[in-house]
Amino acid sequence: MVETIASVGLPIDETLKNKKNRILPEKSAEEGKRISIVTGIHGDELEGQYVCFELQRRIEKDRENLAGIVDIYPAVNPLGIDSITRGIPAFDLDMNRLFPGNIDGNMTEYLAAGIIEDIAGSDCVVDIHASNIYLTEIPQIRINELHEEMLMPMAKNANVDFIWVHGASTVLESTFAHSLNSIGTPTLVVEMGVGMRITQEYGDQLADGIFCLMHEMGIWKGKVKQPRQPIISRDPDDVNYLNASVGGLFIPAARHWEELKKGDVIGRIVDPLCGKVLDEVKAPVDGILFTIRDYPVVDEGSLMGRLLRKEAYKFE
Amino acid sequence: MNKKIIYEIKGMYRDDFRITGYEFGEGAKSVCIVGSSRGNEVQQIYCCSLLVKKLRQLEEEGRIRAGHKILVIPSMNPYSMNIQKRFWPTDNTDINRMFPGYHLGETTQRIADGVFKEIMEYEYGIQFTSFYMPGDFMPHIRMMDEGYSNVETAKKFGLPYVVVRKVRPYDTTTLNYNWQVWNTQAFSLYTTTTSRIERNGAGQAVLSVLNFLSAQEIVKYSVPELMESKVVCDTDMVSVRTAKSGIFEPLIKAGEEVVVGEPLANIVHPYEGEIMETLFAPMDAKVFFMHNEPLTYANTAVIKLVRDQA
Repeated sequence: MVETIASVGLPIDETLKNKKNRILPEKSAEEGKRISIVTGIHGDELEGQYVCFELQRRIEKDRENLAGIVDIYPAVNPLGIDSITRGIPAFDLDMNRLFPGNIDGNMTEYLAAGIIEDIAGSDCVVDIHASNIYLTEIPQIRINELHEEMLMPMAKNANVDFIWVHGASTVLESTFAHSLNSIGTPTLVVEMGVGMRITQEYGDQLADGIFCLMHEMGIWKGKVKQPRQPIISRDPDDVNYLNASVGGLFIPAARHWEELKKGDVIGRIVDPLCGKVLDEVKAPVDGILFTIRDYPVVDEGSLMGRLLRKEAYKFE
Repeated sequence: MNKKIIYEIKGMYRDDFRITGYEFGEGAKSVCIVGSSRGNEVQQIYCCSLLVKKLRQLEEEGRIRAGHKILVIPSMNPYSMNIQKRFWPTDNTDINRMFPGYHLGETTQRIADGVFKEIMEYEYGIQFTSFYMPGDFMPHIRMMDEGYSNVETAKKFGLPYVVVRKVRPYDTTTLNYNWQVWNTQAFSLYTTTTSRIERNGAGQAVLSVLNFLSAQEIVKYSVPELMESKVVCDTDMVSVRTAKSGIFEPLIKAGEEVVVGEPLANIVHPYEGEIMETLFAPMDAKVFFMHNEPLTYANTAVIKLVRDQA
């Protein structure tokens, strides 16, 4: 059942509609729980689009196993998705810095508030992101340390490879996930793949994970896969950031999610004009490369990858 | 005048990215003035260019008082200005959301760090900045409601208004906020426009900085008697919102006085020319902010009013 949860008339003969699809079990779900799948806050992140499709395809195939409510919100920033724009077009605003919004506020705040109002009270929310167009991420869940206790049991069931518990930051208080977690609606932030592309393998992996979550919550009665055991990192020193020492063209030499020894070459920054290697990027420690640069052009400081040090491979 | 490179990074095909500063006077770090941090802030760089010209003249005439150093950085972001893009050319991040910066971080974090190391420890910090919504302002000084700055000092600019802003979470990475964390009295100066030059507004802004420098006994400059600034809290302003989207037809300008019931703007049907909505003044007030784009969205605060007796 497709519903419009917020709409705004645009200046010239168009209405912006924020839509969701509510999937109900064949029998009444009055006692059932609710999971909300949310994506498209950033218009250039498309990995979640496939997950929304694939989840519904699988549910439809075995609808008799559905015992709760599944709400799909595929395009929180619909103008952004349809115009390949990360932020909210015309405003150049990052929508994930506008929450919880304001129902009496400007168009952007009103849309944000409408979404929060509709989703609040879900028993679990999965907010799917796809990094950006520059970096590829291994399927992972990021948790603000303030909400670890509430979210970790769910995150472990989500079939991701990595759970990254990060420190609290004032500026992150205006994110979608923080706004919902702060009012007791558990919201997992998934980062996977890369902007403007779909990595079907990751989408299938996360879809498996969402079925595991639904099964654990009693929303799905069918068989599910055993979720993979994620690496969990809580210590900020576990993660090494690889920033470009110089601008140029980054040519990777390592594979994503590859285990590396200290000194292994991750890539080179080259100068195409003079045919010179400007820098060789090496692993600063033994570890695994969970983020790797996808977009080749780098400025000084651009992130080329993140390496999780070997001592951090803790499974719980 | 001492012209110096504040921060520099090498470009791949573009010329190197340089942030240039102009120092006047010698001695303690008294005032730092920063212009555009976004690529569309042309009025802001223009104001700073006029200030550089004026301060150079004052320095040559020996009118910068001994023991005071003034630094002016007309633009923190020439790369974006040169390609007419508001945020950083490659990753669209906002330098004014990266403070205090991080020297090992991403590009705009490094730029913020490089600049901040140079401009911290000044007694006063003045930033010419802009609003995220397109519009014209009554010139004013804006300051945070917590921290190191104080209203009495802000009044020394002699601008019509001092706006005290309640700190929001996303403010914590701005230059203004971080200046205060490191004990600089920080003031954001909003001139009349952003992406187009407005000479009268720029002249007023430059004069207001000279007022301030004179009042703080940093320069010798005789200024006309200061206007008494009205102090308002940003939450006290009354927003006039659209209910409809369409062509925005303003009937008044920023700075004008209006009376209750006066029509302020029409929203016109883009195909049929009919007036779909007229926005009226809900009270006697001064127009503090006026939307200046030809189209508008529904639910948008296109006009902000402030009570004249604030």
